[in-house]
Amino acid sequence: MGIQNTVMKMFNKSIAFGLVGITVTDRYAGVCPIRGSSMAPTFNPSLESFADDYVFLEKFCLDRYKFSHGDVVIFSNPTNYKERCVKRIVAMEGDYISNVNGATRVPEGHCWVEGDNSALSSDSRTYGPIPLGLIRGRVTHVIWPPQRMKKVDRRIAQDRLAF
Amino acid sequence: MSLFQQWAFIVKEALDKSFLVAKFFCGVHVANTYLCSTALVQGPSMLPTFSLTNELVLLERISARNGKAGTGDVVILQSPENPRKFVTKRIIGMEGDKITYIMDPKNSDSTETVIVPKGHVWVQGDNIYNSYDSRNFGPVPYGLLQGKVFWRIWPTSAFGSIGRRPETVDPALKVLEQANQS
Repeated sequence: MGIQNTVMKMFNKSIAFGLVGITVTDRYAGVCPIRGSSMAPTFNPSLESFADDYVFLEKFCLDRYKFSHGDVVIFSNPTNYKERCVKRIVAMEGDYISNVNGATRVPEGHCWVEGDNSALSSDSRTYGPIPLGLIRGRVTHVIWPPQRMKKVDRRIAQDRLAF
Repeated sequence: MSLFQQWAFIVKEALDKSFLVAKFFCGVHVANTYLCSTALVQGPSMLPTFSLTNELVLLERISARNGKAGTGDVVILQSPENPRKFVTKRIIGMEGDKITYIMDPKNSDSTETVIVPKGHVWVQGDNIYNSYDSRNFGPVPYGLLQGKVFWRIWPTSAFGSIGRRPETVDPALKVLEQANQS
């Protein structure tokens, strides 16, 4: 009886812990590993490191969807909603992006994202501007590995914007 | 009991109660986000399935997360033009489908054909004469879908499930259906 009681207690505690953990990760902040090198050198700068970078993301920005140029965001891949991608916002709605044919306007409610490693990144240059509703969080810090712990800064790519 | 002991007891009681409230709130959040939640729908774009005035519906979140929401389902999605706005529409086509639609039924009969790109869905309101949907904002990425509407709970006169076809079929839609099937 004693053991059954203890097991039930542990079960209850783990359910409660799980619920609280899921709520906090959904609404406030979370931790996420970065795969791939489309954001080198900001994340995963070298191919030989064994461990992926882990980043801290905050979800308070999803309250009002107020993002700025240069924010690094995690969003659902528009071509495959089960995957998440991490890229930097280069242009917001109403801005014009320069490309070979002239300038493309980013529509209302959308943003243009590009990876820091332009050569190896499949981003808005491939699938076009993404709706802000796909964004799942904003990356603020790198928290692993310890020698690369730092705040992720907003870097504005002035050369991609037309006008 | 000393004053400190009484105070410690009160603080412990308060903490226990607030943990209980927090756990309850988290339980409600998990159920709403991953299982089932309610929504208020209104507007003319889904007549005659939903009337103009507010209706309370139940939406289930499991299909949208698993990719099981398909053609004919009424879904609630974030509008691609404003992420803080939620719209209720019906999925007309999934990725790879060829959709023929009437661009502006109030003014002309001209149709356009589009193939839905990978990872996207085409949504239209049941009332194509007064609906701002994929014909205006284009195909919608699957990641914007919030849930599938499956049951209406208010008004109680119309309590019941929401089917995969619009309630009555407009003759103009029948022509389109035949064009899409052939």
